[in-house]
Amino acid sequence: MTDPELPMLTLADLGVLRDVRDEDGTVVVEITPTYSGCPAMGVMRADLVHALHRAGFADVDVRTVLSPAWSTDWISEAGRRKLAAGGIAPPGRAPVRTSGPVPLSLGATRRTATCPQCGSPDTEEVSEFSATACKAMRRCRACLEPFEHVKEI
Amino acid sequence: MHEETVYEALDHAHGGEGQWAFGTGFDEPLAGVDTTVPAGIDPADLGAYCLMLGDDALVLCQRLTQWVTAAPELEEEVALANCGLDLLGQARLLLARAGSVGVLGRSRALATDSIPDEDALAYFRDADEFRNSLLVEAPNGDFGQTVVRLLVASTWRLALFARLRGSRDPVLAAIAAKGVPELTYHRDHAARWVLRLGDGTPESHRRTQAGVDAVWPLLADLFTATDVETRLTAAGVAVDPADVRDEVRDVLTTVLERATLTVPGWPEEQPSRGRAGRHGPELTALLADLQGLAREHPAATW
Ligand SMILES: [Zn+2]
Repeated sequence: MTDPELPMLTLADLGVLRDVRDEDGTVVVEITPTYSGCPAMGVMRADLVHALHRAGFADVDVRTVLSPAWSTDWISEAGRRKLAAGGIAPPGRAPVRTSGPVPLSLGATRRTATCPQCGSPDTEEVSEFSATACKAMRRCRACLEPFEHVKEI
Repeated sequence: MHEETVYEALDHAHGGEGQWAFGTGFDEPLAGVDTTVPAGIDPADLGAYCLMLGDDALVLCQRLTQWVTAAPELEEEVALANCGLDLLGQARLLLARAGSVGVLGRSRALATDSIPDEDALAYFRDADEFRNSLLVEAPNGDFGQTVVRLLVASTWRLALFARLRGSRDPVLAAIAAKGVPELTYHRDHAARWVLRLGDGTPESHRRTQAGVDAVWPLLADLFTATDVETRLTAAGVAVDPADVRDEVRDVLTTVLERATLTVPGWPEEQPSRGRAGRHGPELTALLADLQGLAREHPAATW
């Protein structure tokens, strides 16, 4: 089962698949959305049900879990390698989550990423947003190629 | 394995009749989530509160997406649409939470049975049933005013959501925890634009200051608790909006001063008109755009 928008990643690689278990003959699958507005959840749910039906499991229950909220730290090491091989820079460490007020960040973004094309660390952000909710747009100063970067949350 | 196209699996999941979009109940955002209301929480109040927070997100999303094809540059169009998408996700979860506790207003009388609660609430309530603040329904104005409003709205919502992570309603707490990193990103993005424009050319400064002056009076609508919020705050479910006033004022003052903009005097706070369903004609026009298709074809499938 792969992510509809990052097809090089399985749902397990992405950290979206939280649990699979048998409950009295029903296959229970737990998935969590990456972002609140992730439009791929419906496709993932339908893909999972269809795949399990085709694999011979008639009773399938795909459940959403909202807590704890998804973090890019849940993307597996294999997933990070696949992203880079697919031309998308994997995320760095997610910001530490605290329970108090969130401090304002007014400086230039401190995010960094290595160019997935040539490996240069000399890259700059050109847009804080990109074609899907989970990515930003960067450009490599060495090879001049643009690339997407999974932003840390 | 993967389907030939993603639509195949969606189609399969809905009986193979080519129906999988609006009106078919696919991807209910709280599917499988335990929606039991903890003891001591009034479900009607909880639903009313989720409508307030959900309507803020839905209406601001609609305003942001009005920039699609009209933003000054493609990157910013994508940025505003992405902020809108995050807010739409928050709105869906919150409207679904309201529906899960039976708060549906008059929407169910108009929506067909196949339409899920979140869609019934979004598409089949009239303006007087919306509980969003006046801040989010005001027209966009120019790009400067738009980023000022996004700064104010995301600062306010982030302050609320950061506290709501401790709500006694576990569903609301989870929605808030999920929203915090999203709103942090929106707020910082908007703040950088306000800095760039305010401390930019004389023209960008003038127009951004005009945006501040246009948005500022709307702060009056944000910080007076309704009876629902007062009761739910006492029950440990909601946040008294007055409790976030100082944080919001501090953040906005910091950004505007760094942007060399003049901070207007704090407006005289009033009981919220928006939370009482007393909206301006701008919301009616916005909803006509948002709801027209669903109301024209209430049983449509695609
Ligand atoms: Zn490069």
